[in-house]
Amino acid sequence: MELGPYLILGLLEGLVTAAVLSLMALGLSLVFGVMRVVNVAHGEFFMVGAVLAWWIASAVGGHPALGFIAALLLAPPLTAGLAMLADQLVLKRIGYDPERTIVATIGLLYVIQQVTLMTYGPDARPVEAPFNHRLSIPFVEWTESGLAMYWPWGLGTTSYKLAVIAAAVILLTAIWLLMTRTRYGLLMRATQLDRETAQAFAIPVGRVYASVFGLGAGLAALGGVLIVPIQQAHYLMGHDPLLLSFIVVIIGGLGSLPGTVVAALLIGVSDGMISVFFSPTLAKIIATLAVAFVLIFRPQGLFGKRAL
Amino acid sequence: MTEIQKSWALHLGVIALLFALQFILPAYHHGSLARVMVLTCYAMGYNILFGYTGLLSLGHALFFAAGMYGLSLSIQHLDWTAGPALLAGLATGFAVALVVGMLLLRTAGVAFMIVTLMFAQAGYLTVLYFGEWTRGDEGFVIQQELRRIAGFDLSDPTSRYFAALLMMAICIIITLRVVQTGFGRVLVAIRENEERTRMLGYDIQRHKLAAILLSGTMSAAAGAAYGLLFGYAGATFASVQYSIFPLLWVLLGGAGTVLGPFIGTLFMFYLIDLSSELTTAYMLIAGLVLVALTLFAPQGLVGELRRRTLRWLP
Repeated sequence: MELGPYLILGLLEGLVTAAVLSLMALGLSLVFGVMRVVNVAHGEFFMVGAVLAWWIASAVGGHPALGFIAALLLAPPLTAGLAMLADQLVLKRIGYDPERTIVATIGLLYVIQQVTLMTYGPDARPVEAPFNHRLSIPFVEWTESGLAMYWPWGLGTTSYKLAVIAAAVILLTAIWLLMTRTRYGLLMRATQLDRETAQAFAIPVGRVYASVFGLGAGLAALGGVLIVPIQQAHYLMGHDPLLLSFIVVIIGGLGSLPGTVVAALLIGVSDGMISVFFSPTLAKIIATLAVAFVLIFRPQGLFGKRAL
Repeated sequence: MTEIQKSWALHLGVIALLFALQFILPAYHHGSLARVMVLTCYAMGYNILFGYTGLLSLGHALFFAAGMYGLSLSIQHLDWTAGPALLAGLATGFAVALVVGMLLLRTAGVAFMIVTLMFAQAGYLTVLYFGEWTRGDEGFVIQQELRRIAGFDLSDPTSRYFAALLMMAICIIITLRVVQTGFGRVLVAIRENEERTRMLGYDIQRHKLAAILLSGTMSAAAGAAYGLLFGYAGATFASVQYSIFPLLWVLLGGAGTVLGPFIGTLFMFYLIDLSSELTTAYMLIAGLVLVALTLFAPQGLVGELRRRTLRWLP
């Protein structure tokens, strides 16, 4: 293959990564924006979503689409419920103190991960995609008779991957509408702006906190359900996406929705591109160092207004 | 006795007790205790930054691994003897702490935690990337005949125990001296109220950098000693897990107490040792302990003891 087809392949894979990443990072960003806490266990909610999807899909049986739709409908709310329980049992009781929350969510991370290891086991298991047509992509080249189309070997994608990208676009629009057009979004933004004044205006801040924590975890779980037909469910799968969504949230600016989406596109696509040409380890080293330096020299992120 | 005399008596007493224990402990616990004492040095290094200065680092494995690889790579690839290699480990840790520390001074709060996490992750990935020399996750063994200092064979259980005890004693004495002098009091003042300390005319940045250097070098010393005494270096020691461990040990024992790191490491080591016989998911215990600690005993074991009865504990 020449350079062009490689770039298109990298771009497509990168867009799938960006789609899942933007959902997950948005969850992390919402939790930070409204509650001012960093949830280190966020990657585990992504993993729980994927593992629950496997369980639900194998319990339903029948046509793969049935199991997948059941997983899509059930896994995120279940994960959100788990997160709200953790919020009520742990985070609420330590008063959302930023540093103690980090320590407590590290603890939660290990609890969730290890309980999954004890019940689900160390194996990686796939969920069958509801539809999975192979699509080849044509490319142009110069021949003696001028421009001609041809189908390079290995250049292609699946209908499912395109559906993931579309689903992410729809979900992100829905979240944006929820934030800007509904009463619930208004309560959320009021709490984000000034917690005490919101409370003085009889906004149930405690319930807003619990639901935002649940919503964030639910978004991560959605990302997990969407990715599981492409990448298998495994108890350690939350680690890399957590790191990447930290990167996205920091570069995009915490609590900024457009910033998060732009940063997810940037990171997802460049991750796809770099992985095509360089070793993935080197790509990750560059990405982590880039984030560290963004935080050191531009703490408000590239798009954000407020310092971390 | 004055409070300073009391605390010297207590800490020298603990060291003497550990010295005496060497003669009566069965072989298994003898080895475990040596390991605990080396890891305690790591926890004490962490405690200087977290417990006394109030800076929560999530990436101390970077310093531990810097010491470990500074020592083991110079033995393995430069054919150095153990003595100079140990110094190389310390120097590597100091250099890494200096560079990272200067950058970290620009951050505060949550940004400080995430930047330390990112630097440690970059360090871990670097170890994997240069797998040709470090052998990545698999790691490499340091040959027994290369682990000798001044005629002592450090792979021998008895000399290993004494070397570990000597190191821990040095770390305890350094920490005690720091706590008793003005330098340590400024660090505590920074932890309690940074703005007020600045207003009183102290150079915050210089004190913070000094704390990072001391903490990083002590952690690197522990990493180098771990490689030397137990003869193995691997990428696991640079992973996130090894950044979380000292936090766990210090929180459990009591942040901002001299003996807390030792008590916390000892407790956690045996807790994980016992639970790993029951299940492979031993990190579950670590997670539960972390959550329980933030909920019920934010001051840790020694911290609670100080709060209730022994007000003079350093």
